[in-house]
Amino acid sequence: MRPEFTSPSSSSSSSADRRLNALVRHLATPSMVSQTAVAFSPTSGFHGDSVFSHVVRAPEDPILGVTVAYNKDPSPVKLNLGVGAYRTEEGKPLVLNVVRKAEQMLLNDKSRVKEYLPIVGIAEFNKLSAQLIFGADSPAIRENRVTTVQCLSGTGSLRVGAEFLARHYHQKTIYIPQPTWGNHPKVFTLAGLSVKTYRYYDPTTRGLNFQGLLEDLGSAPSGSIVLLHACAHNPTGVDPTLQQWEQIRQLMRSKALLPFFDSAYQGFASGNLDEDAQSIRMFVTDGGECFVAQSYAKNMGLYGERVGALSVVCTAADVASKVESQLKLVIRPMFSNPPIHGASIVATILKDSNMFNEWTIELKAMADRIISMRKQLFDALRARGTPGDWSHIIKQIGMFTFTGLNSKQVEFMTREYHIYMTSDGRISMAGLSSKTVPHLADAIHAAVTRMT
Amino acid sequence: MAIRRAMSGRIMDRTAVVGARYMSSWWRSVQPAPKDPILGVTEAFLADQSPDKVNVGVGAYRDDNGKPVVLECVREAERRIAGNLNMEYLPMGGSVKMVEETLKLAYGENSELIKEKRIAAVQALSGTGACRLFADFQKRFCPDSQIYIPVPTWANHHNIWRDAQVPQKTYHYYHPESKGLDFAAMIDDIKNAPNGSFFLLHACAHNPTGVDPSEEQWREISHHIKAKGHFAFFDMAYQGFASGDPEKDAKAIRIFLEDGHHIGIAQSYAKNMGLYSQRVGCLSVLCEDEKQAVAVKSQLQQLARPMYSNPPVHGALIVSTILSDPDLKKQWLKEVKVMADRIIGMRTALRGNLEKLGSPLSWQHITNQIGMFCYSGLTPEQVDRLTNEFHIYMTRNGRISMAGVTTGNVEYLANAIHEVTK
Repeated sequence: MRPEFTSPSSSSSSSADRRLNALVRHLATPSMVSQTAVAFSPTSGFHGDSVFSHVVRAPEDPILGVTVAYNKDPSPVKLNLGVGAYRTEEGKPLVLNVVRKAEQMLLNDKSRVKEYLPIVGIAEFNKLSAQLIFGADSPAIRENRVTTVQCLSGTGSLRVGAEFLARHYHQKTIYIPQPTWGNHPKVFTLAGLSVKTYRYYDPTTRGLNFQGLLEDLGSAPSGSIVLLHACAHNPTGVDPTLQQWEQIRQLMRSKALLPFFDSAYQGFASGNLDEDAQSIRMFVTDGGECFVAQSYAKNMGLYGERVGALSVVCTAADVASKVESQLKLVIRPMFSNPPIHGASIVATILKDSNMFNEWTIELKAMADRIISMRKQLFDALRARGTPGDWSHIIKQIGMFTFTGLNSKQVEFMTREYHIYMTSDGRISMAGLSSKTVPHLADAIHAAVTRMT
Repeated sequence: MAIRRAMSGRIMDRTAVVGARYMSSWWRSVQPAPKDPILGVTEAFLADQSPDKVNVGVGAYRDDNGKPVVLECVREAERRIAGNLNMEYLPMGGSVKMVEETLKLAYGENSELIKEKRIAAVQALSGTGACRLFADFQKRFCPDSQIYIPVPTWANHHNIWRDAQVPQKTYHYYHPESKGLDFAAMIDDIKNAPNGSFFLLHACAHNPTGVDPSEEQWREISHHIKAKGHFAFFDMAYQGFASGDPEKDAKAIRIFLEDGHHIGIAQSYAKNMGLYSQRVGCLSVLCEDEKQAVAVKSQLQQLARPMYSNPPVHGALIVSTILSDPDLKKQWLKEVKVMADRIIGMRTALRGNLEKLGSPLSWQHITNQIGMFCYSGLTPEQVDRLTNEFHIYMTRNGRISMAGVTTGNVEYLANAIHEVTK
């Protein structure tokens, strides 16, 4: 972390600094800056005022800021349950064996070059990604009604899709669940959509507020866009059942609400890729249209490589083709064409049946370890007689548990037990191990019994 | 429970029925977008079956066999990286190491500005991403500002600032009659622009014309931009590629820094490290002091987060591996010079061939211009003839990517150009 900048009045700053700061204080707006510009001599080296003097420091990202704070803590028992990145039993990041294998294959292939990809990315990657999420036998794929473009992980896919909607769709409002991933609102707002919410999480049951969800979607204007977490809802881990998904689908189709799925955890929720795609496939089987943002950050452990795909399912092939051409116009002025490395790894794995199988086994192992952590934490709290019903820990799905702890309790846990998590009470189960579960259980027990 | 149904004819059409194929699409009225003028050229080239076909369209380097090149230093860096890597998220601002090394290239190895921490800098998605981040930042923090863009420029510049919703104006740059710089008109435009306007400048090897101001001209440009309190934003996509010497190619930027401008720079490793598809670049903004730089960087990150969260790690690792190892860095500098020299050689050869054919026109601009591109002066009609009759592919503005010219095709290319211009 950078040291705090010394104030202008401190004796350690130079006279140039003080002169600069005095100037800045006099200037109210950038236009005033330009009016005070003086014809300097070409070699004066005087540091004129910046047109960005008025820019203030942005607050730390709440999620990523947790890791920053964790890194600063010298305690040997500290635990990082902030960012949703998988960790092994030893608390280490994991690169899947099959990913290493794929990387080596790419490295050894001397015929590979680094030429620009097409704007929409690697064709094979796009095709395989669509098959992965919609099913290889999906009618939408068979009928060429899907356009898939490679994007920068889930975030990038959401942003490109949202920009397209803001330009071409008649409804500019997207409904997002309450709560949702912290970055969702900004992605949609910057893309030009306005954001509303629908009820989702019920704090009293720590489950789904299904009644509220149906009411809110039911009263949304016809044609509104609705963001749906395909599985393993972030941050709550609360997913609708299949029956509930069917009701949601019927409601949405009856109101012509446009589904925009965020699929960041396929395979991570249940351990089974097809099962975790059920919600999306329902919305494709009924012949309707939808958007899907896919991420390989978690399920292939490719976090920093930024691999993802945006798919748009249309009712006709020629429409899908036109949509693709317009998606290209969104992408070109944003990043021109996507990065090659991560998507090449994914394509290598998905197209080889042996590697694909290896992947599903490693993926299931990650999902199983998380499920096991849930069970261990639940048992540990029960063993301590911690007051309250903690069954939501084993009922919730995916990487996160919405503990139900309030921000005061979270603060207490950080202060006294060096547990780092977001203030909404969300913990990343991936950050736990058999060794650290007891410490977390102690912390929760203390927080619940000593702080309310 | 009761579910309200909206009563409208359109909604009735879309009542949910399994297999409702009669549903009309929401996207039926979406128009097919026009093909990208630059990238569309390569698509057409690939589709052409002729054995004589020549691609002088996209600005991607080719060796003398017309093959794409992966630099040796890059291959070595990749070998070192593979297997060592965990693939954790980079910070929103990208690889700190990569950014540090990248700033040295632009601002100078021993730059005081770097030591004083006055530069707000983030890893970006190559040059495009750096320009776009800056345009978004400009829109957010100087909402009343506009950007002045040279005529001509890389086509995507217009798209970028348009999508960022920053109003655009143009300034004179290319002088068709001399196939050089329209310096007087450019200075006039700088003087006539409202105080505090933003100017987009190509740091070296102007794309598409290859026409760069001389050092003296840069000094005058700097003087007038300063007099008007304009903001200078440099797009530097070809450092090292223009003259073969990265320090020399950064001269314009260094002049502006000496003169005290608070510039912004978009840097790309697509061409000079051959990392095209890795999408590695850097956006930097020079600030008054460290505190400002911290603030500006944090705001750039706020714009990156809802666009892609954090930038890709692989390409950044390649860059930082090369630049932080003195031997690899030396090797890189050698390889960049080889690329630049080959292009300079092809300029000489193309001009020589045209003159040998007895062309009535002057072709000295081919060797006057610098960098990857030559603005040939060919009309769109002449370009179409080159494509249709000779299977030569280039953008319709007459821009020739010299990187696509080889000892194997330079004669054929010269002949064809002579045919359509004699």
